[in-house]
Amino acid sequence: MMVGPIFVLAEHRAGELRDITFEMLTKGHELAEGLGTELVAILLGHEVDGMAQELAKWANRVLYVSDPLLKNFNADAYQAVLAHLIGERKPILTMIGHTAYGIDVAPSLAVQLGLPIATDCLDLCFEDGRLCVVRQVYGGKVNVRARLKEASSYIVTVRQAAFQPGEYGPLSGEVERVECPIKEEPKGRKFIGIVTPPPGAVDITAADVIVSVGRGIRDKENIPMIEELAELLGGVVACSRPIVDKGWLPKDRQVGSSGKTVKPKLYLAIGISGAFQHVVGMKDSELIIAINKDPKAPIFRFSDYGIVDDLFKVVPELIKQLKEIKGQA
Amino acid sequence: MDIIVCVKHVPDTTEAEVRIRPDKKDIEKEGLPLKINEWDEYAAEEAILIKERLGGTVVAITVGPPEAEATLRRVLAKGADMAIRVWDDSLEGSDGYVIAKVLAKTIEAKGLKYDLILTGAQAADDGFAVVGPMLAELLGIPHATLVKKEEILDGRIRVHRELEGGLEEVVELELPALLTIQTGINEPRYVSVMGIRRAKKKPLEVLSLSDIGMGPDEVGPAGSWLEVEELFLPPAERVAEIIPGSPAEEAAKLLEILKSRGLI
Repeated sequence: MMVGPIFVLAEHRAGELRDITFEMLTKGHELAEGLGTELVAILLGHEVDGMAQELAKWANRVLYVSDPLLKNFNADAYQAVLAHLIGERKPILTMIGHTAYGIDVAPSLAVQLGLPIATDCLDLCFEDGRLCVVRQVYGGKVNVRARLKEASSYIVTVRQAAFQPGEYGPLSGEVERVECPIKEEPKGRKFIGIVTPPPGAVDITAADVIVSVGRGIRDKENIPMIEELAELLGGVVACSRPIVDKGWLPKDRQVGSSGKTVKPKLYLAIGISGAFQHVVGMKDSELIIAINKDPKAPIFRFSDYGIVDDLFKVVPELIKQLKEIKGQA
Repeated sequence: MDIIVCVKHVPDTTEAEVRIRPDKKDIEKEGLPLKINEWDEYAAEEAILIKERLGGTVVAITVGPPEAEATLRRVLAKGADMAIRVWDDSLEGSDGYVIAKVLAKTIEAKGLKYDLILTGAQAADDGFAVVGPMLAELLGIPHATLVKKEEILDGRIRVHRELEGGLEEVVELELPALLTIQTGINEPRYVSVMGIRRAKKKPLEVLSLSDIGMGPDEVGPAGSWLEVEELFLPPAERVAEIIPGSPAEEAAKLLEILKSRGLI
């Protein structure tokens, strides 16, 4: 029996295909070759012909639906169109980004179609026709290998940056336009707009040295100590999500998937456990040093040097010794 | 506004050392502190804030063993009116799809009325981020995930969803609707031991699978889409060289490294 194609849902925002699209296409290409089937890029939007042409270099086929109803992302509209395409073309696998858009669509789509789903996958493979995945649990401290229940079609969401966009092709996929299967806007949900945050006072993406602080700092009162250290190092203070959630530092200081992506010469992570959402925003820094009292903290897996100790003992020492060095100069 | 909030009692591994069980199917949970899932704490707070603003009721539901009642008591102490705990030992090892089905069946079996259902955006332990949107699909109501802000309008709710890179998407849903709540949407209130003790007077109902019309073959590994093969430690992207010594020695060595790289 002929195996169905592999679908990759192209994700785009403001007229640009996002990185996750090419990351998924690369993995999808490998899986499709292994199964001897077609890699199909799925593109939903309005006036997206240019993007469809670009995707044709990366896939054996591009299925695109262009309609004013799909001009802005709408999970309900996307779900209806995807359900139609999956029902008609019977892919063995549909790959969707584990992004704000993807997680709004994929789980309910799986329930609607009764198809097994695994979310936030770091790796995928087929074993005897069954899909196996690797995902992370307990805040990235442990990986789990899991198998999906046997089915004719599967859905996954794929973690951002889990795969490197690879070198293959260029393919010259067939571009096929599909009539929009929905005729009116979904009743339950309406897109209103996108809000862009105002620019912050400090642009942490431009800094060479970043001293970043996480949950381990325990109290707002302890932030000035980090500011003092950053100043002595000629850097800026950044942070992980919990610090912004608590209102201890402004949103423009947040490093991670819902904040900024930074690549400084030095990233000093203090009291940061290293959840994926944070790591994705800093892992390409030139030199990464972490201070955390938990030797198993995931942040150490992304660091060049680590200090396993109480930050409240190490940071004052750093400040003291830096002052001595500066005093000599 | 009648609100249902779905919460989960999870092991707190943020600062604990995690060890994999010999059978590799899960981690050693003995000795780990348990607490309300962080995202659910914000969801429960948001439910209470809406109730305080507009009136109505808040019902908290959890799927979990007896110790999960600590999380329900916490939500009752915050201001929920009643709580429901559903459990059967066959639920052990269920994936997010099974949990969503159990929640949907519970809501139907109890005939709970609701204008709004809130869940956390994801759980700290399994990190699926599926229960909310799956529950919405099973109940046939609209949903929005990763909500950072909400405003209730006439028969609708306007929400801000968190996108990557600090952007927000604004959407309107028709009520009843389900939202999954992102951390930072509010400032969860302090819950005192006294408050939790007082909340013991509030109703907490315990249901079995048969009470909600489900059987053991529909839950646990049998009813799940995902079957755990094994847990393992993640590979390192970089191998951190651990700097030894006292805090003073560690600091000195770190500064030496920075100096050798021309960073100070």
